[in-house]
Amino acid sequence: MSNNTTAPAQAGQPGLGKASTLARFALIGVALAAVAGTFAYFGGWFTPNDLTPARFTDGFEQVDGVHPGFRRNHAKGAAVSGFFESNGNGVRLSKAAVFRPGRVPVIGRFSLSGGQPYVADQPDTVRGLGLQFSLPDGELWRTAMVNLPVFPFSTPAAFYEHMIALKPDPSTGKPDPANMKAFLERHPETVQALTVIKGQPFSSGFGNSTFHGLNAFRFTISAGDSIPVRWLLTPEQPFEAAPSPQPLSPAAGERGRGEGARTASAPQDKNYLFYALIAQIHGQPLRWRLIVIIGQPADPTNDASIAWPEGREQVDVGTLTLDQVDSDDTSAARDINFDPLVLPAGIAPSDDPLLSARSAVYSRSFTRRAGETKQPGAITPADVRKGD
Amino acid sequence: MSIERRQFAAFSRLLHWTMAVMVLTMLCIGVAMVASLANYHMLVSIHRPLGIAILTLVVIRFVNRLLNRPPPFPATMARAERLAATTSELTMYGLMFVLPLVGWGMLSAGRYPIVLYGSLHLPFILPHNAMLHAVLRKTHTILAYLFFLMFIAHFGAVLFHTLIVRDGILKRMAPWNIRPREAPSTE
Repeated sequence: MSNNTTAPAQAGQPGLGKASTLARFALIGVALAAVAGTFAYFGGWFTPNDLTPARFTDGFEQVDGVHPGFRRNHAKGAAVSGFFESNGNGVRLSKAAVFRPGRVPVIGRFSLSGGQPYVADQPDTVRGLGLQFSLPDGELWRTAMVNLPVFPFSTPAAFYEHMIALKPDPSTGKPDPANMKAFLERHPETVQALTVIKGQPFSSGFGNSTFHGLNAFRFTISAGDSIPVRWLLTPEQPFEAAPSPQPLSPAAGERGRGEGARTASAPQDKNYLFYALIAQIHGQPLRWRLIVIIGQPADPTNDASIAWPEGREQVDVGTLTLDQVDSDDTSAARDINFDPLVLPAGIAPSDDPLLSARSAVYSRSFTRRAGETKQPGAITPADVRKGD
Repeated sequence: MSIERRQFAAFSRLLHWTMAVMVLTMLCIGVAMVASLANYHMLVSIHRPLGIAILTLVVIRFVNRLLNRPPPFPATMARAERLAATTSELTMYGLMFVLPLVGWGMLSAGRYPIVLYGSLHLPFILPHNAMLHAVLRKTHTILAYLFFLMFIAHFGAVLFHTLIVRDGILKRMAPWNIRPREAPSTE
């Protein structure tokens, strides 16, 4: 054995020729470059045009501007809290602890879609409700819902494309209608979804809105045994139609810019939806039934733009009660990422590609705003105290 | 006796190669998941428990390192080179410990659950604080890139010794046992 570990190398070691030494150095260089290249490949350095969470988040900033400290989407909002009281009907569907009979605390946030934190409330802007259920064993369940029966897009790429199509033209300050027309021509699924959305008129406020989880999930009772589900919250507060303009104009989509619908008379106060919410909760707690829709094996779980057929079994699993309202400025909800993939055991993601993308982009948005100095939101602690 | 002195202990070598695979997988998953929409959730669901596994193993490995002294450096290594090797070993131990801990801390401060399996999850180790999350999140990235650079340097140094100096340094950490040298007759 010529090259043992403890003897000096020069002892009995034939020297390398110049060419051999160079070749060996080259080999080392190639090996290191291969390792670094693999790492760079995984990091997406060779595919700079791919849609990444960072580029997606940049898209929100390009369209709505950068508002430091605020969510890149659903920037305007107010916090709420209360509890979910399970009636036990969900136990046969999922082993998640949240469905056992009893109460779990809930913190949440009502919001308007779009990245502008001080935008005026409009009757046709898409409304969001993010919720966090704190389960007894420390598990968390978060869901981010909107008041649309279906999502206008089936893929993350289409969502992004639509968002960029809505980017205001620098010369006119408005989106170019030709971009939207072209988008809709390329995406018949969006046209179809918007028809469904228009068929369900918006309610007058947050309190009587129906909120949909939109994406399909899977409920599991035991390993290897899962069923496709969707969920929604139906209000106990009576429905009252939103004042016109409504419903969404075809161009509005999830981000709710009702272009062309904006001319009709909007209610006077720019925070009227939130002020009404505050007044309602001060009056009496607001309640929603949590309804789980059970999908059939053939129902698509990977396309949030398509509603499941009528007549699917619906299970009322309990009641959400919201009895506290708070400003974003003073609530823990401001610093919660309502990531729809924060799920307890018993609830699993479906194969819907939107879910992973939502999780990724929400996380990127959260990281950005977490590191920024916070500004007061549109709905202040003083607003919330009013009428208390 | 001569086997013990020429190679790391068998358990040390097992830990080295197991953790080498885990750490490289971890670094690749980390850099891939932050750039991915479609695979983000799947990768994150591996990244978190794998990080905690590395944190657990590095504690075991550190104790093992104290109990089992490494074999001597080859005589081909100059004093400065030995110092560099020792420093980089220490740094990598530090990173294997601190990186998962910073990850756990940043997820705690951002109130992201750290699910290991099913309903089994870790407690939060820091208060809910967005700015703390942001600082630790940035730290996590910087340390991960530093770890990758440390790995490149480590890999390059081993290749240099193996191909150019040819002092058989890799045998110290070879997964298989090296036959003992013929003992000199005087022993």
